[in-house]
Amino acid sequence: MATESIKYLAPDTENKAKTQVFPRPGQHTTGLIDWLTTIDHKKIGLMYGMTALFFLIVGGLEALLIRSQLWDHNMDVLTNRQYNQMFTMHGTTMVFLVIMPLSAAFFNYLMPLQIGARDVAFPRMNALSLWCFISGGLILNLSWFFTGGSPAIGWFGYAPLTDTRFAEVVGDMGPDFWIFSLQILGVASLLASFNFITTIINMRAPGMTMMRLPVFTWMTLIVSFLIILAFPAITIALVELMFDRTYGTNFYDFLEGGKPHLWQHLFWIFGHPEVYILILPAMGIVSEVIPVFSRKPLFGYGLIVFSGAIIGFMGFAVWSHHMFTTGMGVVATSAFAMLTMLIAIPTGIKIFNWIGTMWGGRIRFDTPMLFALGFITMFMIGGFTGIMHSSVPIDAQHQDSYFVVAHFHYVLIGGALFGLFCGFYFWLPKMTGRMLNEKLGKFVFTLMFLGFNLTFFPMHYLGMIGQPRRTHTYNEGHGFETWNQIATVGAFILGVGIVIGIYQFVSAFFNKKLKPAGNNPWDARTLEWALSSPVKEYNFARTPIIKAKDQAWENNYGPRENHAEKEPLDDHGVHMPDRSWWPLVTALGLFGLAIGMLFHRNIDPSGELVRDYTVPILAGSIAIIGMIMWALEGPGGYHLFPKENDE
Amino acid sequence: MSDASAHALEHHEPVTSTGIPNKKVLMWAFLGSDCMFFGTLISTHLIYRKISATVGGNFLDIRDVFDIELTSFSTFILLASSLFMALGVSAIHKGNLKSMRWMLFGTIIFGAIFLACQVYEFTHFIHAPGNELTLSTYRGEPHVFGSTFYVLTGTHGTHVAIGVFWLIGWLAYSFTGKMSVAHAIDIEICGLYWHFVDIVWIIIFPVIYLMEYAL
Repeated sequence: MATESIKYLAPDTENKAKTQVFPRPGQHTTGLIDWLTTIDHKKIGLMYGMTALFFLIVGGLEALLIRSQLWDHNMDVLTNRQYNQMFTMHGTTMVFLVIMPLSAAFFNYLMPLQIGARDVAFPRMNALSLWCFISGGLILNLSWFFTGGSPAIGWFGYAPLTDTRFAEVVGDMGPDFWIFSLQILGVASLLASFNFITTIINMRAPGMTMMRLPVFTWMTLIVSFLIILAFPAITIALVELMFDRTYGTNFYDFLEGGKPHLWQHLFWIFGHPEVYILILPAMGIVSEVIPVFSRKPLFGYGLIVFSGAIIGFMGFAVWSHHMFTTGMGVVATSAFAMLTMLIAIPTGIKIFNWIGTMWGGRIRFDTPMLFALGFITMFMIGGFTGIMHSSVPIDAQHQDSYFVVAHFHYVLIGGALFGLFCGFYFWLPKMTGRMLNEKLGKFVFTLMFLGFNLTFFPMHYLGMIGQPRRTHTYNEGHGFETWNQIATVGAFILGVGIVIGIYQFVSAFFNKKLKPAGNNPWDARTLEWALSSPVKEYNFARTPIIKAKDQAWENNYGPRENHAEKEPLDDHGVHMPDRSWWPLVTALGLFGLAIGMLFHRNIDPSGELVRDYTVPILAGSIAIIGMIMWALEGPGGYHLFPKENDE
Repeated sequence: MSDASAHALEHHEPVTSTGIPNKKVLMWAFLGSDCMFFGTLISTHLIYRKISATVGGNFLDIRDVFDIELTSFSTFILLASSLFMALGVSAIHKGNLKSMRWMLFGTIIFGAIFLACQVYEFTHFIHAPGNELTLSTYRGEPHVFGSTFYVLTGTHGTHVAIGVFWLIGWLAYSFTGKMSVAHAIDIEICGLYWHFVDIVWIIIFPVIYLMEYAL
């Protein structure tokens, strides 16, 4: 475009350049090297999104295998062990490799645009998060190829299923892959969250006060806090489990004094906030979409923000409702039951606010709005069954039945995934500069909505009549067949819908025949819609001075004094940080460290256990060298000189 | 400092919404998270200390293993290192590079003494004649005390070791001639980390060690 640029050298960059092992990619890098070394939050967001969509297909295929196995009584599409592996990998993949990174994709792409920043606070650390996420996903799926295959312990990994003595296959490495993969994914999530918190607190444009932040950015902040406070619990639990399996400690070994119950507590202290980590981003997306398609401001902005914060806070006080049947005692059980019922209040507030937003509005039923409405209705069904489970006696009845499967899929597909698809249909025109085909979008919604309900609604009934979950088959004569067959048909319809949706998202980047979107095709409200589509690499040619909530809307329709101003063009131009190899190198080092630790134990010919730490030490050194070089190279940078109105 | 380098630094440390540097917000967020890491480890230890209070049918008296004089000494050393750290941060804020080097050096040495005490302690506990405390046993009987104790104090020791290497890195960098008062923020976040690791030990020492003597 009409952008002139020069290479900018900080006074000491020339000296640093000499200490480089390989040259730092410059301003005009393109192609593969650009993608590998990029620190642009938009490109990182896209890579998060595309990798997560790939894993959505992987996890979806696993789900379809499960559904095929349950088509009829005593089927043998999968053996019982393969079935256990499938539901373990399906759960772990969908939670850690699909919903969380899809949320991270939107956080990365949108949050800096919504607050008027040029990037996140630590762009290279952001790249490290991405590469750690990809490494974690690889390690988990590499498990298929080694002793014992994938983990068969459930996504919750309950002790003593993870105890080496009870492994179905001698030397089963599945749980080890699972442990190391989750640790590295934890690093990715924690680093990304530190980054987002710093960015939102510290890098808002002038005038962008906390109570003017778009709701999606607020939810990013709340989710980031949930991640940094919840992930330590699972990380330590996994470290303890790793020590149990690798060095013979007794944390969860009930034969030697350990308590499997402790694992459940540590897992769910993480696991329940995790539920809100999965759903709050979708709530943020829907809170952005509904006002736009109702042509009304969000009803009760403050209440939506604060109920989000309260949900996040209370999310730490309800974990034991996953453990009502473990016999914690009356006091603990009642307290957790009460708190669980209480958390329905802020959730209800949000739903009433969304309804209040639509009330009296001029509603347009475009694809994003359809998904948003799908979200509200389906999430409500999941929420209602959730409130049912807060009652201890009902929970005891539903425990480990298909009713629970129905409940959390209504929350995680009908809720989280519909919300994220809503986000894709809403923001892809901003990301690609092209409108998606509305007819195809509505067709995808119809398929997904029908398929989803066909799959999971019958599961409520199956659970009530007694079908247990996590069981690879059922006998004749229980009357399970019909409803299972309906569910399986539904699952395939849902799968087709999702695949067409993904095709539509990916092709939006390449299909030049699609209608150009322009800056603000939906007549939307928040700051990112004031920029060009797709957004320029420097985001804002001139930093905006924010005057109101919903700044893009105010610019178009608000009174004069609410129009955003812009800081004057800087003589120095826009400072852009340089690309870097070191995040990728550091992540490769961590990947090697995990692989090295997985394979450092060998049995020598005399039957002795031999430990060889060569690979972990080498790989760990690579990671450390990566970090040192990272620190020494500094942010670097070059300057761009956009023209007056170039954004 | 020349005008040119002042100009470069402007780009590295942009004005923030809160006025607090980004690196400091990052470090505070990390420390909040680290509280949960240690909280989980300390809870694990205390829960098991209560429910697994016997070994081989006898009351578990860990005082037979602990060397409280040594641990008190190393505790004192670690706490004293925080004074050096604070003086080091103060020195770089004033641009006194020479003083900062000595203070960082003191912090590193005291941190290293603490680590050496911990290595000595671990080796002696594992080999204590008749009272061997290993990762999975106590006096040859399976027990969890060793698991929770070593993993908790070992994680703390790892934090101290990371801090020591981090400070060594800055000490080395201070001899390159590129270090100036502009790096005060970097030393300050090192200091935040170091004090936090100290505070964690202030909790671990009474809760894990001293409480055994209050029975």
